[in-house]
Amino acid sequence: MIEAQGLTKDYGDKRAVDGLTFTVKPGIVTGFLGPNGSGKSTTMRLILELDAPTAGDVTVNGKHYRDHPAPLHEVGALLEARSVHTGRSAYNHLLAMAQTHGIPKSRVDVLIDMVGLHDVSKKRAGQFSLGMGQRLGIATALLGDPSTVLLDEPVNGLDPEGILWVRHLLKGLAAEGRTVFVSSHLMSEMALTADHLIVIGRGRLIADTSTEDFVQQASGNVVRVRSPQATRLAELLAGPEVTVTPLDGDGLLDVKGLKAEQIGDLAAGNGIALHELTPQQASLEDAFMELTREDVEFKALEPEAVA
Amino acid sequence: MSAVPTIPPLPHVGKVTQARVALSEWTKLRSVRSTRWSFFAAVVFAIGISALACTVVAHHYPQMDPREKANFDALGVSLAGVQLAQLAIGVLGVLVITAEYSTGMIRASMTAVPKRLPVLWGKAMVFGGVTAALMIPAALIAFFVGQAILSRHGINIAFTHPGVPRAVIGAGLYLVVVGLFALGLGAIVRNTAGGIALFAGIMFVIPPLMNVLPQSWNNAASPYLPLAAGESIMSISSGNHLAPWVGLGLFVLYALAAIAIAAVLLLRRDT
Repeated sequence: MIEAQGLTKDYGDKRAVDGLTFTVKPGIVTGFLGPNGSGKSTTMRLILELDAPTAGDVTVNGKHYRDHPAPLHEVGALLEARSVHTGRSAYNHLLAMAQTHGIPKSRVDVLIDMVGLHDVSKKRAGQFSLGMGQRLGIATALLGDPSTVLLDEPVNGLDPEGILWVRHLLKGLAAEGRTVFVSSHLMSEMALTADHLIVIGRGRLIADTSTEDFVQQASGNVVRVRSPQATRLAELLAGPEVTVTPLDGDGLLDVKGLKAEQIGDLAAGNGIALHELTPQQASLEDAFMELTREDVEFKALEPEAVA
Repeated sequence: MSAVPTIPPLPHVGKVTQARVALSEWTKLRSVRSTRWSFFAAVVFAIGISALACTVVAHHYPQMDPREKANFDALGVSLAGVQLAQLAIGVLGVLVITAEYSTGMIRASMTAVPKRLPVLWGKAMVFGGVTAALMIPAALIAFFVGQAILSRHGINIAFTHPGVPRAVIGAGLYLVVVGLFALGLGAIVRNTAGGIALFAGIMFVIPPLMNVLPQSWNNAASPYLPLAAGESIMSISSGNHLAPWVGLGLFVLYALAAIAIAAVLLLRRDT
């Protein structure tokens, strides 16, 4: 369980994280989405108290991260930036991390095997590929059998097999009742993995919702209708909460604000033939673009506002 | 990677303690090449350069004029290698902490030990301990090898001579303090090049710069500089330097001050 309350972080004049309030619950995978530079990595660093917040507060399992007597047992973290001495072997890196908590050597061996680094565990980490580095990072994160797992872009640099493996891993961790908080720039990956989404843009919270609702909300319940009597249908559908957009001259309409059943019933009741009636589901990618659009526009306008 | 990963549970997770962090720091120290090379270089310098200096001096001794012979410092020649060894120890002291920043390892270290200070204490304990364990014997070996060479010309000094045991063992202790001072400076600067420059600047550049001061000021101030203060432990002759243990004590204070500033900054700064 991660609880952030008005979390804010300034770097000089730049506000990287701006009043974030959210809760990451155990037992599900929570995705953390945002365009590049939106403050995802900073938020993760604030959770781990690598950086101190300018304002606000964040706790893990009810305490500040620093106040836990066995921090690695509370939170296992994979940070986006590499956090390994390039001259040290994977085995010795994990051993040094384990020793801070009195975790036995056998645990290090188990994790090295689990992430598939057995053959290269004595090689210097500086020689690792990006994918191998990610596996080592994941092994580091799981070392202390943590109740909360924090992963910043875990599938970066992984091959398709590795991506599938991480997806299974995240779901497995959540199924075991752990809190799983994972950032990714791959929206499609989040659609497959995350149950819940926290979306930020320019450091501010944009959405905190289930993945299902997120897509539905952003797509705005658009229904595509094709009818030979499109003009008459459009007149019938019109209402204060409804927008009808003709798409071409061929009787194709996008209707926003009504469910497919309502449109179908209305057409049937008035003897209007329908050739197509399709609820449109926006992809997560579209939904994300839709939600962060204002943010991007704001960014483009900013120089004028400053001047 | 197996298709269905499961994480085996950990039966028992211990708390972070200073002793555990020190053990972790020992693993970190021994598992990178730069450590082994730097310590190897320090030991080779301490013994090899001393033996070389004694050989050259012994060869040259018959040609020396009487005044030179009267001022001949048999102890100092056999500890000549310490001058070079301190460079290797100082650079390693900086690297022990700055390499964590340059590689990003510091984030992993501070995530495992978010209270942070135990990591700094652990590094100081382990690095100081290993330096003492290697460099005190190295100083002793350098002394005895050097005196064996000098004894062929009958110009050696006995270990039992007053002040000699203190000076030889003190040479090893001096190198420990050099290492800790460098570690503190590295932790303040958090950058390898900057840390080494700061260390070399304070130790080796400031002393000659003192010559621009009026002679009386220079004489008054110079003995209190870190290098001069620390080196007074290795001297058995009188001269413009502090009493041996007072000098080393002052050098220890310099090192402690550097580490104390580093500790305050470690708690205050973002990682």
